[in-house]
Amino acid sequence: MSKILIFLEQREGKIKRSSFECLGVSKKISSELNAELLAVTIGDDIENINVVSKYGASKVFHYKNKDLSNYSTTAYSEIVSDLAKEISADYVFFSSTSLGKDIAPHVAAKIDAGLVVDCTKLKIDNGEIIATRPIYAGKALIDVKLNSEKKVYSLRPNVFKAESMENGQPPEVVVKEVESPNLANRVLEIKKSEGKLDVAEADIIVSGGRGLKTPENFHLVEELAEVLGGAVGASRAVVDAGWRPHREQIGQTGKTVSPLLYIACGISGAIQHLAGMSSSKYIVAVNKDKDAPIFNIADYGITGDVFEILPELIEEIRKIKLQ
Amino acid sequence: MNIAVCVSHVPDTATKVKIGPDEKAIDPNGVTYIINPYDEFAVEEALKTKEKFGGEVTVLSVGGEQNKETIRKALAMGADKGILLKDDKPRDSFSMAKALSEELKNGSYDIIFCGKQSVDYDDSIVPQIISEFLGFNCVTVVVAMEVKDKQVTAEREIEGGKEVVNTELPVVIGAQKGLNEPRYASLKGIMAAKKKTIEEKPAVEANNNTELLKMYLPPAKQPGRILGSDKSVVPELIKLLREEAKVI
Repeated sequence: MSKILIFLEQREGKIKRSSFECLGVSKKISSELNAELLAVTIGDDIENINVVSKYGASKVFHYKNKDLSNYSTTAYSEIVSDLAKEISADYVFFSSTSLGKDIAPHVAAKIDAGLVVDCTKLKIDNGEIIATRPIYAGKALIDVKLNSEKKVYSLRPNVFKAESMENGQPPEVVVKEVESPNLANRVLEIKKSEGKLDVAEADIIVSGGRGLKTPENFHLVEELAEVLGGAVGASRAVVDAGWRPHREQIGQTGKTVSPLLYIACGISGAIQHLAGMSSSKYIVAVNKDKDAPIFNIADYGITGDVFEILPELIEEIRKIKLQ
Repeated sequence: MNIAVCVSHVPDTATKVKIGPDEKAIDPNGVTYIINPYDEFAVEEALKTKEKFGGEVTVLSVGGEQNKETIRKALAMGADKGILLKDDKPRDSFSMAKALSEELKNGSYDIIFCGKQSVDYDDSIVPQIISEFLGFNCVTVVVAMEVKDKQVTAEREIEGGKEVVNTELPVVIGAQKGLNEPRYASLKGIMAAKKKTIEEKPAVEANNNTELLKMYLPPAKQPGRILGSDKSVVPELIKLLREEAKVI
């Protein structure tokens, strides 16, 4: 029987939603491949570790040490690859978060596996995994398979559904105390960006571009994001102009996102921007220029002035939220 | 300080991608190729590191004759010499990193800079794999860094913030936008670059684990509805978002 090892990422002692998404897919793949599914997590105390059985993992290895509550490239990649070797895992799955993107290649190299990153679809064909992933920031897709004996995949967050099921059984948790982790890479501190939601993790993104005219006018985008409980995004033009920080940039040299709702305000829709957001489930565009390319992919468009539309939209949504 | 920068030669981000007839690569007709945007931050940081500590900056690239254009761009910015690892066949990021590592291991480098990913295959694999092959430390998605004695402190971007990471030389750095402001090549730099040497060597044989079955375009998104042009349509928009899309 082959084995799938899935890495569950914790931040601040809680396993992330993206890891549950990853677990959901792995569960399906494991039943199709008739493989055993095992999970591994690394950190200090983890409050929601028992929840994993609801997403299909019956056994979790928990590598524990207070110095491992924060990510360490060296320590984490050694632990995961040593475990993968010990249990002879045939497949290792990660979620393609900032941590997953960093660690997956290290693990693949250490266990001599092939690697496909940022998969948006996995299917089984003749007992083999065929992975689909976007390239050129989403301008094209490729179907690939790995011909190596060991295989590593990372799955894009926010694409797969984390489906929980009724399962009263808590998982078997194997706690392993880590005595001297390799902290050659060590996190000294985490600087949070003012408690704001990150575009990579948001269900709703409100994005602004040149049409806002000045950096000060971005308060409209911020307010709309706030009333919707979403994140603020930005076009390359306004990031390059220094109006907004790079972490908010959506597009080919920024982030590729697929939220449930993307509201583009005063963004015309350059090719490199569209590449980064066109896989959003619903797209709303507000732009004065009725010929702007953004309208070619928007589900709902308003060919009006952002300074007229946004305040009204904020006001109306605020009323609904109060109800 | 002995410094290397790995650069790739990629289609401009303004490219409208068309798929080639074999459905395994893009159609290169009419495509403008540039230095990978993230590699420009890598080159700039390499030059700043050299200006601070002295030493030499070597630029490496794997690919065909056309990659020389990208190597020259880095030389014009101020790098000292180039190495082209010649290869005309497609290779996956693993084989790419392998080819670079085979050359890099002979150079006794202290720091190797790469872009955090190339904007064609978007893999973000190469810096990590090089570090594994060479036994170097590695920090990716770096937006700020400082080297002092043998210690490296680097800030890497994560969801909702930054991790401040400490590690030691030798190190591989994956550069992210925001790390610095890449300089423009001066006319003098461009002239000087013409005289700098680009050594050519064959890249080690590719051993691709990844088999590309098919490349295709994502399904075209159908244009939706234009609701109107003034604020009177806002209630309708909200109704659609709540009742049709069910997203708010």
